[in-house]
Amino acid sequence: MSVQVWTYILVGITFSIYIGIAIWSRAGSTNEFYVAGGGVSPLANGMATAADWMSAASFISMAGIIAFAGYDGSVYLMGWTGGYVLLALLLAPYLRKFGKFTVPDFIGDRYYSKTARLVAVLCALLVSFTYVAGQMQGVGLVFSRFLEVDMNTGVIIGMVIVLFYAVLGGMKGITYTQVAQYCVLIFAFMVPAIFISFQMTGNPIPQLGMGSTLSDGSGVFLLDKLDGLSAELGFEEYTSGSKSMIDVFAITLALMAGTAGLPHVIVRFFTVKKVKDARKSAGWALLLIAILYTTAPAVSVFARTNMIDTVNNKPYAEMPEWFSKWEITGLIAFDDKNGDGKIQYVADEKVNELKVNRDIMVLANPEIANLPAWVIALVAAGGLAAALSTAAGLLLVISSSVSHDLIKKMVKPNISEKGELWAARGAATVAVIIAGYFGINPPGFVAAVVALAFGLAAASFFPAIVLGIFYKKMNKEGAIAGMVIGISLMLFYMLKFKFGIFDGGKAAVAGLQKDWWFGISPEGFGSVAMLVNFIVSIVIMKCTPDPPAKVQEITENIRIPSGAGEATGH
Amino acid sequence: MSEKQKKATAYWKENVRYLFILLTIWFLVSYGAGILFKETLDNFKIGGFKLGFWFAQQGAIYVFVILIFVYVRLMNKLDKKYGYTD
Repeated sequence: MSVQVWTYILVGITFSIYIGIAIWSRAGSTNEFYVAGGGVSPLANGMATAADWMSAASFISMAGIIAFAGYDGSVYLMGWTGGYVLLALLLAPYLRKFGKFTVPDFIGDRYYSKTARLVAVLCALLVSFTYVAGQMQGVGLVFSRFLEVDMNTGVIIGMVIVLFYAVLGGMKGITYTQVAQYCVLIFAFMVPAIFISFQMTGNPIPQLGMGSTLSDGSGVFLLDKLDGLSAELGFEEYTSGSKSMIDVFAITLALMAGTAGLPHVIVRFFTVKKVKDARKSAGWALLLIAILYTTAPAVSVFARTNMIDTVNNKPYAEMPEWFSKWEITGLIAFDDKNGDGKIQYVADEKVNELKVNRDIMVLANPEIANLPAWVIALVAAGGLAAALSTAAGLLLVISSSVSHDLIKKMVKPNISEKGELWAARGAATVAVIIAGYFGINPPGFVAAVVALAFGLAAASFFPAIVLGIFYKKMNKEGAIAGMVIGISLMLFYMLKFKFGIFDGGKAAVAGLQKDWWFGISPEGFGSVAMLVNFIVSIVIMKCTPDPPAKVQEITENIRIPSGAGEATGH
Repeated sequence: MSEKQKKATAYWKENVRYLFILLTIWFLVSYGAGILFKETLDNFKIGGFKLGFWFAQQGAIYVFVILIFVYVRLMNKLDKKYGYTD
């Protein structure tokens, strides 16, 4: 059977499962819609969190980025896993004990202020919208390549599916579809990795294969070979990287704090029964995420080596079938500069004849390695699972921010539960349509902003929540000032150094690199903005009145794990 | 301070001490071994991995997972000791 038939079968089966689950787990109350009724088991929540977290970026893009960045790619591996340690130790148990529906709920109550809540709602919407547009694009990419439908049709099919189960099932529907999606995506990621690892090194475990010798009998270590190839072609040595140490440090920190501060991840911990379960499910989540995150760098090494071996100095006419298929999508481009009919792939831009989009490394990897058709189709189903599960989680944050934080808590407090539920569904529908629009007409900045969303979360939520738990005397003046200054500073730095707004636009960006503060890139600047947020909050707090005794009591109360009732909106 | 408050304060102190120890390890394996001392550690090899590179792309992640499960165990014990179990 051809790849395409397999893809239709596998995507068809997985989509039917998601829809079946959605019908089975319809939400009947706001409690079920926002936090799945609060009775999700730690393992199920761990799986749902892992699927929620691992987006199209983790599944499709990350291994490709690392394949081209080598050691520099470590920032994503450490940053996007290390954040879970912060989440498990500093945030999740306390927020669960606090027992509300959303992150702005916590900020608004802990800082006894509507302004604080509003700032938090705006931050949550900004972060979530930029993120969800990226997911829709991922769905479009997979559909267009594997099912050979138009990219826009792909986005619309994805929208309809997400709309169906997010709007119908709310958090409850999303949670159980995410459990299924985790299984699909991890299976889809691991199977080709195991195949290729065995093929290249004789060791079926990718994490070990990456550090093994090649199975071609040369006795050379795979990583040594790749280092050698990279140097030969004029790239940085694979295991060394080219970013400065301070920048690697700053980016890792920004990604860790950002991960811990992302609203769609935090809300997952409101769905378990007890504080104890929140801790445990953070452990499960990271374990399940780590399976993919320790395999991804191995996939990067395999893919990069395979790709160089397949294309470099080989005649264009002899390229395998996958090469021309990806050429059609425009993600691979060959330009025979010296007219010798062979592909020269080198670091020097003037001589280099091959452009490869990083996103295709995972998607094309099974084809490059000549794996069976069903494995290639599986990757398509996995990519869709990853993109859809994250999109659904984000849509929930957007809809609850609107229906719960804006409408119920600020505009119309006496709205009935039924009314709130309909408002949530309406908001989810509008959000899907907007996300789909951006998926079809991606503004040029989406990809850039997704990476920076972490900086924004690190600069705003993370300090406000940590201080709210660990610093009893932190008051609303300090927290609001910290969040506003932190996120403004981050936005300013982003606009200046990522978009060149103040210096004549995008073209000026490369020239501005030497002006980076402390040599830190916009991606890493979230860690500086976060420090500024912490300092501003504490200084302002010292000059303003203590929080009311009742609020200090709340803080004392969330530190004690027992007596966590059901999450409520009141 | 009431008996109840004293208990809560003692519990919190022990909790913070655990956090401090665990986060020190968290820092050492990632920012330490994977970034700050990466170059030095790269002089050593395990299998085909340079050690610093291994920490950055593999080792740190394994330790992170272990840290959370250790924390879960420690806290479950602490909850029991102070009678904060539901």
